Formats: sequence, structure tokens, C-alpha cells
Amino acid sequence: MRWASPLKLHEAGILGMNCRNVDFIGRYNLRRFYPLVDDKLKTKLLAQEYGVATPALISVVRTQHEISHVEERLMQLNSFAIKPSRGSGGKGILVITGRRDEFFVKSSGVEMSLDDIKRHLTNTLAGLYSLRGNPDVAIIEDLIAFDNTFEGYSHEGVPDIRIIVFRGYPVMAMLRLATHCSDGKANLHQGAVGVGLDIATGRSLNAVQFAVPIQSHPDTGKPLIDLQIPDWKAMLLLASRCYEMSKLGYIGTDIVLDKSSGAQLLELNARPGLSIQVANGRGLLPRLRHIEKIRKPHPSAEERVDYVINTFSASGL
Amino acid sequence: MVSRVPFYTTIAVLILLGISLAITRHLQLGIPFWPGAQKQAWLIEARVDFVSMNQSVLASLNLPHNPPGFNIINELAASPGYGFAIIEHDGIRRGEWSKNLASGQQTLYYKVQLIPDATTASAPSDERPSPRSVIWSESESIAAQDILAQAQSKSSSPESLTRELLRLLRNPEPGQNTALLLTNHSVATALEKLLNQAGVPTRISVGLYLEDARRRQSLTPMVEVFTQNRWIVFDPQTGDQGLPDNLLLWQQGGDSLLDVMGGQNSRVSFSMIEQTLPRIELAQSQFAGQGLSWLGVHSLPIEEQSMFKLLFLLPLGAMVVVFMRIIIGLKTSGTFMPILIALAFLQTSLGLGLISFISIVALGLVIRTWLSRLNLLLVSRIATLVVLVVFLVSLLSLVGYQLGFSTGMTITFFPMIIIAWTIERMSILWEEEGPKEVMIQGGGSLVVAIFAYLIMQLPLMGHLTFNFPELNFVILAMIMLMGQYTGYKLSELRRFRAMLEQK
Repeated sequence: MRWASPLKLHEAGILGMNCRNVDFIGRYNLRRFYPLVDDKLKTKLLAQEYGVATPALISVVRTQHEISHVEERLMQLNSFAIKPSRGSGGKGILVITGRRDEFFVKSSGVEMSLDDIKRHLTNTLAGLYSLRGNPDVAIIEDLIAFDNTFEGYSHEGVPDIRIIVFRGYPVMAMLRLATHCSDGKANLHQGAVGVGLDIATGRSLNAVQFAVPIQSHPDTGKPLIDLQIPDWKAMLLLASRCYEMSKLGYIGTDIVLDKSSGAQLLELNARPGLSIQVANGRGLLPRLRHIEKIRKPHPSAEERVDYVINTFSASGL
Repeated sequence: MVSRVPFYTTIAVLILLGISLAITRHLQLGIPFWPGAQKQAWLIEARVDFVSMNQSVLASLNLPHNPPGFNIINELAASPGYGFAIIEHDGIRRGEWSKNLASGQQTLYYKVQLIPDATTASAPSDERPSPRSVIWSESESIAAQDILAQAQSKSSSPESLTRELLRLLRNPEPGQNTALLLTNHSVATALEKLLNQAGVPTRISVGLYLEDARRRQSLTPMVEVFTQNRWIVFDPQTGDQGLPDNLLLWQQGGDSLLDVMGGQNSRVSFSMIEQTLPRIELAQSQFAGQGLSWLGVHSLPIEEQSMFKLLFLLPLGAMVVVFMRIIIGLKTSGTFMPILIALAFLQTSLGLGLISFISIVALGLVIRTWLSRLNLLLVSRIATLVVLVVFLVSLLSLVGYQLGFSTGMTITFFPMIIIAWTIERMSILWEEEGPKEVMIQGGGSLVVAIFAYLIMQLPLMGHLTFNFPELNFVILAMIMLMGQYTGYKLSELRRFRAMLEQK
């Protein structure tokens, strides 16, 4: 079968791009709230305001002369991450995992001098990594220490959990694992592994790479079948709270699990992709339509998460 | 759910408005829906010859005036050294040539272009003309009264009277009375006099049978009888009633066909050819300034018109892009860049346009890799690219020209800024997503551009969008309708096919 029949796709409840744009993004995401999501710094400040956990902000570099101010600060740190506030596609993210004398050690093991880091900051400010090359701001934040659960599951990059949140209800989740093929990035179309997660329990359902089902991680060989995300409900709560914070009805939340401080919000996406359906092996539409029919949405994140956990698996959505 | 009623109402109104305006203009102004639609037309040339004897000359030729069954679309007089004027008086048009001093053989031309038009065949006349008073010689007068009495006894209307008189006059064995009348009169003049005497307004007209490529066509006298508010034509030769399709009434009533003052041996001869004219030109010349013609762009100067010709194709190209992206799901680099490429293809021809576009972009990408090492700021980087693209284009044109392709020049039709942006975007894409994505998006853009070009270059599309700009309402409605499409893209049928296979 080279082409799927549109009727069968509809029967399977698969959400198409046009439907997502018109019926969900267009209807539930107000344009004026987009900047909060597109700018990592704004998201971060907002998250702190709403008590949503994010990696702690060490410093913000807005102008060239501020670079010299952070110098001393950086010298005292062992590990940190530098991100462009409006970076695209994971570009310009510098992860320092340790120190070796005067030098900083990158996640890949390469050593960097302070001057190298200063140059990276200059490039970030000049907009080298931002969308359309606009001048940008550099964020320096705490490094996430992966939870032990993910040992061996990710090649280089951060394993993160994408949860689609619709009107505050988490509707679908997947774990994204970087591979050698995806060059340490967590985008499925670049070759990252997507592991669909049961929204009620956080157990893995299905794993795919390039839309083809796989059983184990292509680089490390770790089996992907019996994977259980620890502290799943806390993660759903975190995702659910992003609704009040961002005021966007249809968002993708990217969450990482820190060894010591638990679930942390990395970023929000106002136009989350559709491949989460492939990773889960099921369509989003039945769940979205179900949530859409709720007349009086539950006011608190706890109630919404409970509703999802109790309803979705029970009604076979 | 948001109510969709206002939306679909708008769509329906737009479609109805566009189509009904187009149909109205088609019916009212005769603009054809199909390009190259042609219509039969006649070009008739009247040639006046005379000999002038070193004196001032005034030649006056009767000209057709609203001839039934025809429309005059064009007329002109060509006669070196003569002044020409058309004078209209009492429903009779005459062309007048004048010259202060003329000697020797003189030739004057009058050309008229007509198209057959059945709607003008029997236009009613408001005013009833009065019958002419008739003078016969004494013996004729008695014969005429006799014939009239004979005919009137067998007829009830002017038409039947005419038919009866014609039967008597055309009798191969004429009676004494008719033979007497016909010694001094032709059938036509005898009939005209008899009918006028009977109180029926009648006139003699001169008709011209239209036959293709006929030279020196002779004129045929016809008798027109006024009854029930219109003139009815009788052919005195055949006795037939009604105007034959191919007969042009050159002169209707009036005194003489040709008067020449200051000349001798004057005669007029007619030659004609049948032409097929594009309907679109006819519509323009015939209906200029009428009805809804102000809606068309034909009233603009030619230069602006040719600009609009291109401009009105843009909505079509935009629709192709919308269709390709929403329904098919092709990725393009830059939303509407493909239309601009397609417009450039329209000027350069497809093959050449493709080759030059791809080579410029490829060369630009090579240069851009070098530029990215210089670490320039965005605006200056793009500006550098613009300048380099200008150099590249002029270089390619020069090389093309030296190699003997004069078409090398056509590269300049590509919008430089757009090309520079394309290169920039492709290069960023290359760095971020790798060459595969560049191929996908670049190829997608080219496929969309080629489709848009193939549709825009169709003569029918150019014709419709230019002559019926209101059809763009329909295109607008289609684009808006596609903007509400929530079904799957064609590409998604492939993307998600693995999910169905799993089940």
C-alpha cells in the first residue's frame, strides 16, 4: 500500500496538518500570546511567575558589554547551558558538562577556553542562531542532570518528553531520544527516536524511527519496550499548568526529568508537530474532539490530569 | 463551532458576482470566452473613377447608413490630395471628396468594414414617411390606374398589393397596360411609382450582393415598401420578399448614388473580400465606451494594459501555490517565491528559464558558503548577495550573448532580490537541515513554479483573466475556500500510511 485512503485515516482519528492549523491552532491559539512561547527567556520568566519548574536561570546576556560581567560568574560554575532565547531547531545550544583546569568541557568532550565561550555569546547576540538572524539574547541556565532512568537511551542529546496539551488537558505524550543519525537533536524528522507513552501511566507503547517501528535504540541497543517514566503524574501536572501560563489552547510542552529537582519545563511550542501520532500509533483527533466537547473545563490542573487519566483509557480513546 | 454561514455566503456571493459579471459582459459586449474566436466580416471597397478637366472637383458618394442586417465597424476614405468629409442629412449619408484643382484620371476610394448582425435586420422606424407624388405621361397615367385597380381588387394590404403588382409587371406575357409602362420604366421604378400612387410609401434602394473576392460587383436595385412601421424589401427581378442575408443595402432612398461636379465619365465600382476577424478586436472596436466596458482594462494605454496582462495572472499563480501547499502538501522555499519564478518563466520560456534559474541559484549558493565564513550581519549579507546576483546575471547574459544565444538576455527578467533571498534561505536550510531538505524545498518550489507557469501560459487563461478580470473573484473565492480545508494533504496520505499498516 503506497497511499493511505483518507477515509481510513479519518477513521483512525489521525489529525492532518490543515485540520490542526484551522481547527486547533487557528481557533485556540491567540496570535498575541505567541511571543511568550517563541522567546525562551519570556517563557522562562513567565514559568517562574506561575511556579512552573524550569532549569534555574543563572544569567541573561543582553548586550555585548555584559559578556565581560558574566566572565567571573562562569569561572565559578562547573556545568551550565547557554541558549539563544529565540534559537531555532536547537541551534546555538552550548552545553558545558564539566571543567578541566582553565578549560570548559562540552558534552561531546571537546575543551573550550573562556574566549571560545565569549565568542559563542557574541555570535548569539548577533543573531547567528536565531530565526532570520535577528539580534538575540543569550540565556545561561543550570544544566539538567538526566534522571538515571534514561541511562543509555539517548545519544549525546537530552531525552525530552513532548506532551500535547489541549485546553489544559494533556492529550498525548511521547519520549524523544536523540540518535547518532539525528545528530543529537530530538526532532523526529531528523532521525530521532519517538517513543509513544501511555498518557495515563507513562509506560512506553510503541517506538518509531523515521515512522518505522523499532524495538531497541539504534545506537545503544537498549530495549524501548518496557520503559516507565518515573513520577509521571507530576509531569502531566507540569504540562497541564502550562495552559494557564501561556493562555494558548493547543501547545506542545517539552519537559525534561532532572535527577534532583524532577520535571522541568524546557520550552513551549505553539505549533507542535504531528509525528507524535506516529510514535503513539494512534490519532489525536478522538481525544481532541472529546476535550472539545467538555462544556465546563476543570479549573485546576490536578482535576484535568485526573480526568485524563481516568477517562481516556476507560473510554478507549 | 463558529458559524460558517457568513463565510460560505461570502464565497457564494463572490463566485456568483464573478461569473454573472463575466456572462453579462460576454453577452453585452460580445467579448468571447474562448481566445481566438473569430467572426465573419466584409471589407468592401468603393472605387470612384472620373476624368477631371483642370477644375475644382466635388464628388459625392452615397454611403451605407445603418444598413439592415449589418454593423459598420470601420470605414475610411483614401484619396491623395482630396479633402474628405462625411455629411449626414435626412437619414442619408454621403461621403464628399473635394479638391481645388484636379486634372486627368482621378481615383477615389472608400472602404468600409461590416459584420453581419441579424438583430439590426428589421429595425422599426418611428416616423411614417409620406408617399411621394407621382407624375406619369398621359397615356401611362391611364395604364397605371388600370393596373392599380386590377391589383387592388386582389389585395388587402400594402404587401399583398406589392406582390400582386410584381406578378403583373413580371408576367412573361405582359398585358397592353404593363407593356406600355415597361417601355419607359424598369420594373423597379414602375413598381415604386405605382405604389406611391396607391399611397404606399415606397423607395428604390440599391443593394450589393456580398460574394467573397468579387471585383466590380454590380449594384442591384431593390424596392422597399413601408408597412407596419418598417421597410420591407422586395426584389423586383425575382419578385422575392425580404432581405437576402448576403445583400447589403448601400443606398436606401435618396437621389443618386454618385454625383461628380467638375468631372466626366464618372463611375463607381465595388469590390469586396470576406474576412475573419478575431472577435476580441471586434468587441473592442464595436462596443468601446458602452455598457460594462469600463470594467475592462482595454481603455487603458497599451503599456499599462500589458502590465495588467501579467498582473491579472498573479491570482491564478497564487491559487496554484495555495493548492499545491494545502491540498498536495508540497514544501516550497518561501511562500510565494514560486509565482515570481513562474512569472519570470513566462518571459524567458520554460527550458531556458529553468537552466538559468538553477545555475544562478547554484552559483549563488557556492558564493554564499564563502560569505558565511566572513560572518557578516544579515542585512549586509543579503545586500552582498543582491550585488553578486546582479554580477552573475550580467555575466551569464554576456556569456550567453557571446555564445550566440541572444536569449541569454532574458535572465534579467528574474527578480534579483527574490533570487538573493532564495539563495540566502536555501543556504541557511543547507546548514540547518542538510542538503536533502534543500533538495526537497528547492525541488518543491520549482515543481510549483512549473505548474503555475504551465497554467498561466495557457492562452485560455491569459485571455480569460485579462478580458474578464472579474473572474478573479472566483479565484479569490477558491483560495478562501481552500483556506478552510481541514482534510488531509496528499502528502499526509503517504506520511501516515505506516500507521494504518501497523493495525
